[in-house]
This record gives sequence, structure tokens and C-alpha cells, in this order.
Amino acid sequence: MSFGELVGVRRVFEQQRYGRVVGEPLVAIDEASLSFEEGEFVALLGPSGCGKTTLLRIIAGLIPKTAGSVRIRGEEVTEPHPDFGFVFQTPNLMPWRNVLDNVLFPMEILRKRDQAARARAFELLEMVGLKGFHDVRPHQLSGGMQQRAALCRALVHQPTLLLMDEPFGALDELTRMEMNDLLLDIRARTKATVVFVTHSIAEAVYLSDQVLVFSKRPARIAERIAVDLPYPRSARMRYTEQFMALERRAGRALGIFHEAA
Amino acid sequence: MSDNWKRLILPPLGIILLLLVWQWYCVQFKVAEAVLPKPTQVAGAIIARWDLLLEEGWVTLKATLYGFLLALGIGIPIAVAISNSKILNWMFSPLLIALQSVPKVALAPIVLVWLGTGIESKLAIAWLVAFFPVVIDTAAGLQSTPPELLELARSLRASRWQIFWKVQLPAALPFVMTGAKVAVTLAVIGAVIGEFIGSSEGLGHLLLSATSQINTPLAFASLFALAALGMLAYLLVVIVEWLLRPLLPPAPTPH
Repeated sequence: MSFGELVGVRRVFEQQRYGRVVGEPLVAIDEASLSFEEGEFVALLGPSGCGKTTLLRIIAGLIPKTAGSVRIRGEEVTEPHPDFGFVFQTPNLMPWRNVLDNVLFPMEILRKRDQAARARAFELLEMVGLKGFHDVRPHQLSGGMQQRAALCRALVHQPTLLLMDEPFGALDELTRMEMNDLLLDIRARTKATVVFVTHSIAEAVYLSDQVLVFSKRPARIAERIAVDLPYPRSARMRYTEQFMALERRAGRALGIFHEAA
Repeated sequence: MSDNWKRLILPPLGIILLLLVWQWYCVQFKVAEAVLPKPTQVAGAIIARWDLLLEEGWVTLKATLYGFLLALGIGIPIAVAISNSKILNWMFSPLLIALQSVPKVALAPIVLVWLGTGIESKLAIAWLVAFFPVVIDTAAGLQSTPPELLELARSLRASRWQIFWKVQLPAALPFVMTGAKVAVTLAVIGAVIGEFIGSSEGLGHLLLSATSQINTPLAFASLFALAALGMLAYLLVVIVEWLLRPLLPPAPTPH
């Protein structure tokens, strides 16, 4: 049995207007099935609005599914689990808390804010290059630094499954590549399993063991690409023939271009 | 001259200019003291009745601040209730708006019948006038909590209590402060209405008795005292806001 297993997950949104159901129900996800092993890095790649974020939220237990099953470590997910860490599209930090208090927020909620938690928060901040910024308010940080702090917050309670929803989508290309390396480094140290939503082909291939390419809505998994590039990965790999072949394959699956076979 | 200096010097300059025009007008057109006293006469009345103004001002200030605190103490829980419960919101929001639409002066005599001529009536009227902006602003603040923050809390299975104390309330705090600033100036008005309708003390009462004796300089002196009182009450809220600044979002930095 795999660490994470999704079978036939389906999500239908009823369109409501003035409290009445109108029109055809909107199928956001249709029959999504996938599985991943412990410690694996999985990318969900698809065009924006295809429903991949919805699927991530279902895995997180934040929203219910219409049909199908989501099992993590053999247990059906019906509600959020404190063993998951979630990273949002925006840094989503609390403007009234400094960086340290933002990072420690999950520990407060879990009622485990103690000396050990503080030490771990400092350790994480150092790991992401925010050493010395613990006392600073979020607005004084750049977008990239804010997202680093958000990453620390997602990791502070030592989740075994990290769910990331296009976390670097708003960053510029160079910062994004830097964050990719940082994420791989952190993942190597924490051994966390990661499910990562993105619409960047390069990012998906660079980060993952497994890329699942989604079709346009309703989201169906159009292709599963195993990325057999070795870790640790480096920027040099981005220009290898093997890397580019994987990118081409993902691009074809997305329907961006058609190649004469 | 730097902007800081201008900000320090220009407000008194504006007042002085106004007083000069006022003085000139009274002298030029020989306005009767009973109609409009000269600023110098008002100043004379302020100096002569300084202790009386302070004494009555203190009464009004107490009514204002207690009424204001009552508005916060009752307004915030009401806002919490209606923004957390659709049923309560639908049930009571129209009622709140209806209450707000009734002129408080019209309610004052009824309040007087219920609570008598003591401080209770003044508090009730100050509260009635001041609590609406507190409710509206606090409710708006609570409802404008960023949904992503609520989702973050939910992803950690935070209890409703934790979500309220750690997410919703801090997020709403700037709105509460805005409501409080409006409320405190309204509370002054409420307290004075109370003193007008049926009280034997306070600046409102002093104003009323001075005009009935055609002692317009004293009436104007009480008006000035009321204005000063209003600014003082507002300043107190600003000080509280300043003390709370670690919990408030940063002011946008000028470029």
C-alpha cells in the first residue's frame, strides 16, 4: 500500500444564485486517481483553473469531495490533519505578528508552543536564510522572504506531508529558482513527502519524482511522468537533453504543442 | 520651513485667524453681547468661571467615557454575535438599523422616564448614540478576515475559540479602532443630549442655564469647553491606539 492513494476522486460544484441551484453543476475534478510513496515529491501540473488546487485542498481535508477516496497512510481523509503542512499561493502571514510568532502559529494552535518549538523555529529560519529576521514584521520583507517564512510555518510542527499550492507562482523567475533549490534542500533534510501544485513545466520537472499532468477542466490526469533525474538536482540539469525531453513530454501532455511523431 | 513645523504652527494660526475675524465683526457691527459675545468676553468668562467649567466638564467627561466604554463593551460582543451567526445577523441587523435611524433626541425623554435624572440616563443616551459605529465597524472587521488565514487555522484544526482570539479579533482590531474613534466623538454628543434633557449638572446643563439667563459669554465658554473635551476624549483613544500599535498593521511607509 502506498503512502498516499487517491482513487476516483470527483468534485462537483453546484452553481448557486440567490440560494438556488442554477445551470449545470460544475465538474472541477473528474475521476482523479494517483498514488505516491513516503518521501516522494509529486507535482500536480496543469493549466490555471483546471482544478488541481481543488484536488490539493481535498487531499488536505479542507474541502469535501463528491466521490472517491483519499487515503494517507491508509486512513481516509475527511478533515484537516495536524500532520499535514499547507503552503498557500500567497505567503499569508499575519501582519500583526513578527516572523517568529508567525512561524510559531501552528504550535500555538496545537498547544505545543514551548522552548523546543522556539528552538526549531529558529533552526528553520536559519535553514531558509532568515536568520536574524525573527523580530521583523512581514511587511518589511520581500515577497520571496515572506514565502520563506511561510515555508517555516508549514514545517514547524514537523508534518510528514507537505502540501503546497503554487507557492512560488508570484515570485520572479530568479527567486523562484532559488526557492526551488531551497525546497529540495529542506525536503532532503526533513524527509517530508511533498505534493506540489504548479503551472510551471520547468518547476514541476525540476522538483519532482513524479509529475502528474492535468487536462483542462474537468481535471483528469492526462499523463503520469516519472522523473528519473538524480537528487540533489542543480541548475545545470535544466539544460540537459534528458531534462528538456521531460519538459517536452509534459508540454505535449498539456496540449501546448503537437509534435510530429 | 519643515512640514513638522507647519503642522505645529498652522492649527493655532487658523484658530487665531478665526478669532480675529470674529472680534473684528463684533466690534465693526456693534453686535450685542447677548447675541454674540466678543472672543475677549468669552475668554473673560472662561477665566472667571474656570473652576465651574472644570467641575462641570469633569462630570460630562465621565459620562462621555463611561458611555463610550459601555458602547465598546456591548457593541463588540454584538458585532461578534452577528458576524458569527447568520441567524442572529438576519434576526437583529434590521433592528439595529431601525434603532440607529431613530433620532436619539427623540428617545432621550423616554430614557429619562426609565432611568431618572442621574448619570444613568446620560450613560444610556451616550451609549445609544455611540454603539452603532462600534458594531458596524467591528462586524466589518470580523467579516473581512482574510479567508486564507481562516483556512490556515482550519488546516491546523483550530477551535472556534482559537480562530476568534488568534485570527479574527486581531484582524478586526484596526476596524475596531476606527469605530472607537467615531464612537468617542458621538459619546460626547450623547452625554450632552442627556444633560440637555434632564440633568442638573455637566457642561450641557451649564450651557442651557447660561443661555436661559442670557449669559452668552458663559454659554460660549461652555461650548469651547465641550469642544476641548471632545478633543481630549478623541486624544485618549488615539493614545490607546498608539499603545496598541504592536498589534496593529503598520502604517504605510511614505516614499
